[in-house]
Amino acid sequence: MDAGRPGDPGNQAEILVAGMKHVIVGAGPAGVVAAETLRKLDPEAEIAMIGDEPEPPYSRMAIPYLLSDHIDEAGTYLRKQPGHFVHHSIEVVADTVASVDTRDKQLWLTGGGAVSYDRLLVATGSVPILPPVSGIDHEKVTNCWTLEDARKISRGCAPGASVVLIGAGFIGCIILEALVSAGVKLTVIEMGNRMVPRMLDETCGALLERWCGEKGVNVMTNAQVEAIEDAGGPVKVRISGGREVNAELVISAAGVRANAKFLEGSGVELSDGAVVVDRHMCSSVPGIYAAGDVACGRDFSTGEYSVQAIQPTAVEHGRVAAHNMANHGSVTHPGSVLMNILDTIGLISSSYGQWQGVEGGDTATLVDEEAFRYIQLQFDGDRLVGANTLGLTQHVGVIRGLVQGRFRLGRWKDRLMKNPLLVMEAYLAVSQG
Amino acid sequence: MLRSLSIDAEKCTGCLQCEMACSYENEGVFNPAKSRIKVFTFHDEGRFVPYTCTQCDEAWCLHACPVEAIVMNKATGAMEVADSVCVGCKVCTIACPFGTVNYNQDTGKVIKCDLCGGDPKCAEACPTDAIVYVDADATGLDKMRAWAAKTDNAASARG
Amino acid sequence: MSWTKKILRVNLTNGEVAEEPLNMDWAAQYIGQRGLGTRYLVEETDPTCDALGADNKLIFATGPLTGTAVSTGGRYSVICKSPLTGAVACSNSGGFFGAELKSAGWDMIIFEGKAGSPVRLHIENEKAEIIPADDLWGKTVWETDKLIHAAVQDPQVRVAAVGRSAEAGCLYSAIINDLHRAAGRSGVGTVMASKNLKAVSVRGTRGVGNIKDPVRFMKSVAEQKQVLAENAVTGQGLPALGTQVLMNVINEVGALPTHNMRDVQFEGANNISGEAMLEARESDGKPNLTTNAACFGCTIACGRISTIDKGHFTVENKPEYWGNSGGLEYEAAWALGAATGVDDLDTLTYANFVCNEDGMDPISFGATVGAAMDLFDLGAITTEDTGGMDLSFGSSEALAWCVEKVAAGEGFGKEIGMGSKKLCEKYGHPGLSMSVKGQEFPAYDPRGIQGMGLTYATSNRGACHLRSYTVASEILGIPEKTDPLETEGKAGLVKAFQDATAAVDSMGLCVFTTFAWSLDNMAPQMDAACDGEWTVERLVEAGERVWNLERDYNMKAGLTGADDNLPARLLKEAAKTGPAEGKVCGLDEMLPEYYSLRGWTPDGQVTRETRQKFSLPA
Repeated sequence: MDAGRPGDPGNQAEILVAGMKHVIVGAGPAGVVAAETLRKLDPEAEIAMIGDEPEPPYSRMAIPYLLSDHIDEAGTYLRKQPGHFVHHSIEVVADTVASVDTRDKQLWLTGGGAVSYDRLLVATGSVPILPPVSGIDHEKVTNCWTLEDARKISRGCAPGASVVLIGAGFIGCIILEALVSAGVKLTVIEMGNRMVPRMLDETCGALLERWCGEKGVNVMTNAQVEAIEDAGGPVKVRISGGREVNAELVISAAGVRANAKFLEGSGVELSDGAVVVDRHMCSSVPGIYAAGDVACGRDFSTGEYSVQAIQPTAVEHGRVAAHNMANHGSVTHPGSVLMNILDTIGLISSSYGQWQGVEGGDTATLVDEEAFRYIQLQFDGDRLVGANTLGLTQHVGVIRGLVQGRFRLGRWKDRLMKNPLLVMEAYLAVSQG
Repeated sequence: MLRSLSIDAEKCTGCLQCEMACSYENEGVFNPAKSRIKVFTFHDEGRFVPYTCTQCDEAWCLHACPVEAIVMNKATGAMEVADSVCVGCKVCTIACPFGTVNYNQDTGKVIKCDLCGGDPKCAEACPTDAIVYVDADATGLDKMRAWAAKTDNAASARG
Repeated sequence: MSWTKKILRVNLTNGEVAEEPLNMDWAAQYIGQRGLGTRYLVEETDPTCDALGADNKLIFATGPLTGTAVSTGGRYSVICKSPLTGAVACSNSGGFFGAELKSAGWDMIIFEGKAGSPVRLHIENEKAEIIPADDLWGKTVWETDKLIHAAVQDPQVRVAAVGRSAEAGCLYSAIINDLHRAAGRSGVGTVMASKNLKAVSVRGTRGVGNIKDPVRFMKSVAEQKQVLAENAVTGQGLPALGTQVLMNVINEVGALPTHNMRDVQFEGANNISGEAMLEARESDGKPNLTTNAACFGCTIACGRISTIDKGHFTVENKPEYWGNSGGLEYEAAWALGAATGVDDLDTLTYANFVCNEDGMDPISFGATVGAAMDLFDLGAITTEDTGGMDLSFGSSEALAWCVEKVAAGEGFGKEIGMGSKKLCEKYGHPGLSMSVKGQEFPAYDPRGIQGMGLTYATSNRGACHLRSYTVASEILGIPEKTDPLETEGKAGLVKAFQDATAAVDSMGLCVFTTFAWSLDNMAPQMDAACDGEWTVERLVEAGERVWNLERDYNMKAGLTGADDNLPARLLKEAAKTGPAEGKVCGLDEMLPEYYSLRGWTPDGQVTRETRQKFSLPA
């Protein structure tokens, strides 16, 4: 089914060449896992990893916990052992790639240098999108993306300070707890009709909104920021419907896009700004691979190619890409299950696969609004294909197990339709049978 | 020689001695709600199924962890959660397709079976040998691996 | 510790729920569960109160070892005044509810007053809430369990509930927890329903901790589990055959009460035995028994999980009974089978399911059906009374019909639901009620096992085998063999068993451990876990104190030594067959010595000296 996908060399076998030079652009999870996997597969290879932030490779997933003082900055580092990368002979370069010369297999760095490669992995992740609003470049507006952003937010979150958060998506929600516990007066502005619309269904998103309200957070849905105005001290945030809020700090968490601008004009095919890859994570240009948030990879559930922008997918991409960089075509990516888990001021929600449901499929739901508990399962025939949960923390992984195992549920389908909480029992029954 | 927990559900009576031993060893209280091994009851079928982490080769939890808080103990083969490193992001809890990594809301960390450092208390407490700690190449483990493999149709992508 | 030192007090009249500290002085004297619960009942209620009135209290009590890893340490008792006997009721149950309650942080719940309309109580750790339950009234225990699980949305929640029989006033209704474990005897379920309390659900995630000496405790627990494992009864007999291991044994010694105690041996015994439960059925090739099952923490696992043949007349076209559920234990199999002369395993299993489903004590139910069949045989009850049903001994149809009628509280079922004493009085043959203090005997005929005669006569909750199971000594030789046909020495044996059992029931353990354990095996576990020093002597003393406290309550409730009696049939009609042929029960040879050993007056009153010795409340 990959015939005709860009960059697929067909059956053309490649033999591993000792001393091959692998260059990885991006030092997030996909890049780091790829580098380590390459090292394991090829002890002789030259491996360089280029990251554009001054810090050691760190996890953005950990930033909310840094903000809430659960960890220090070192706690966000992807690898804890000092000298880890040196020990594995992975050269970490702090610079930004300006462009790629695919013919000469060479990268140009903004610092002025050039780096040649035999195999290139693009793992540059994503970058935040700033909403096109006047005043968005005001100094009191910050993203929540990098460690540097986190430092800025921490400084701006004095108790009692008024803070506006633009966007109640995944990133917005996950930092709510830190903001609430810092004692700020918080207003959240979300364009969609509910919180986390890309991850949670209407019931779930609405419950989450009520939860936030009870925690003292002012959440406005179906709302848009129209302008941010300098008002001497705090900025004035103008919101659709004629509303306005003064804020000492505005945090923009309005979404992200693939970080692949430097590939424009290189010949590497992009789709909506993300790198188009085949099932070997290879781009349209042989020898150039992509992984993680920058890659338009295969979705396990749909078979379509899309950007998932989640940690487990980044890691899977990184490993598959590394295998194929070391030995082309050796490993096929079966697709990643889209899934997410989110802790919003202590209320935990999760989503899996095709949580929006599929045509002709069945839906099982169970809700306890008072207790903020919810589960929704989506079936295609007698297979589980997706789910949303709220307030559940035990054994949730089996939902992935059931989706990814494509287990036929048989009579357990009916039981789950009656009581969706029996997912663990269903899993045990069908996987052991 | 690595050893592994081998579970034979046919022998389980549902007494929860394993859950008590586990929670006592790890949490200092007899508390099935905090046990890393769980016995699932199938009332209509008259069946009890003890279930915990198989310390699978794929180690989905370990790879999914963004901060390297889950590491393999080379002596036991167990994937262990380093409490001091875990930030509580819960990604491992959805990444593990066996549902055996769970979030503990009281501590803000995840918990999973660590084979008690090589002396699993559940096996010691089990009165019927439904849970035994045996050489990793014993048949029981093969069975569990086969079971694990059914879920792991992404295994082909893993080295 | 290992008490949580917390009581939950629930006033059903005014809807108030409050936490209060456990009286630790009393705990030091009465341990927990049976003893301590009774101490609270004695303190807080008038023994002469109407058992079904608002003044009676209903106490759910765990023991200090409940919820710990001690084998069988998952039990709780329900204590109140019994509507069946007018004496103290204390019914002990396994399953998982007791440990869950303890894990939620509670030693005890005291229900007082009466709700104006049906309610249920839901406990989630320190949070307890009275919730309207009009929607559950009229539902079976099984439906109630399902509906509460659906409402709470937590598969781990544990439910104790009463069924329709209790609502209808059946006097031997049980409280059923975990679908088929029962605080079974003396009508504790009837009391619960009389308070308009339909169910108690609990989820506990705090756990049980604060063990005094954890290292010593875990070591002792492991050693004593080993003792249970190596014992032939607790390590092999009970797991394999359950208490049903006894059916053929007791039949052979001629102590299996049959046809309302007309006979002491049942020719159909083998058909309803533990061995029969293992035999493959013709229809589907499956045996009645699917597996054995354990209660919380129990390493014996005597519980039976069974199915009924799907084609059997009792469950035809009723798929709700086709799955596995709690199967026959010996007492139930005897009462539903030998007492009624029915030897059809499927009918018995069905009747047992229904007893669980709608919360009836199968012993009192089966024995009352046996009495009704006796009355029917004599012509005292006719088809006119029953509405057409032929109540002949041995009729499966009659048994199945009776159980459904009592469960639903309909028609003649209301009369069976009164218990054998009232039934036999009503139909003019009070002597045919095989009961003491109004509670039916269990499965051991005192003509063939003399010690059980004294056991029944003196049991503080009416006839009961679980107050001093001298069968262990007289039949099984545990701890030493005594002659079952001999009365000599039985007074001392009964007293020793009664005191030890009261201690076992107060710690939170199961009396079945005593096939392998004596207090010598329990004291080290208790001592390592709990505050204070717990020696065998102290446990025996506490057990004796509990016994005297219960006795004292009964005397204050209006009972006398005259109530320590057996029906004339056992005292005058000799056993017709078997080793006990020609024997009656020699109660009068044992009772005076028993009173004297107890330090009671010759007419059975607790003396002032005895009261002082045990510091009983005034």
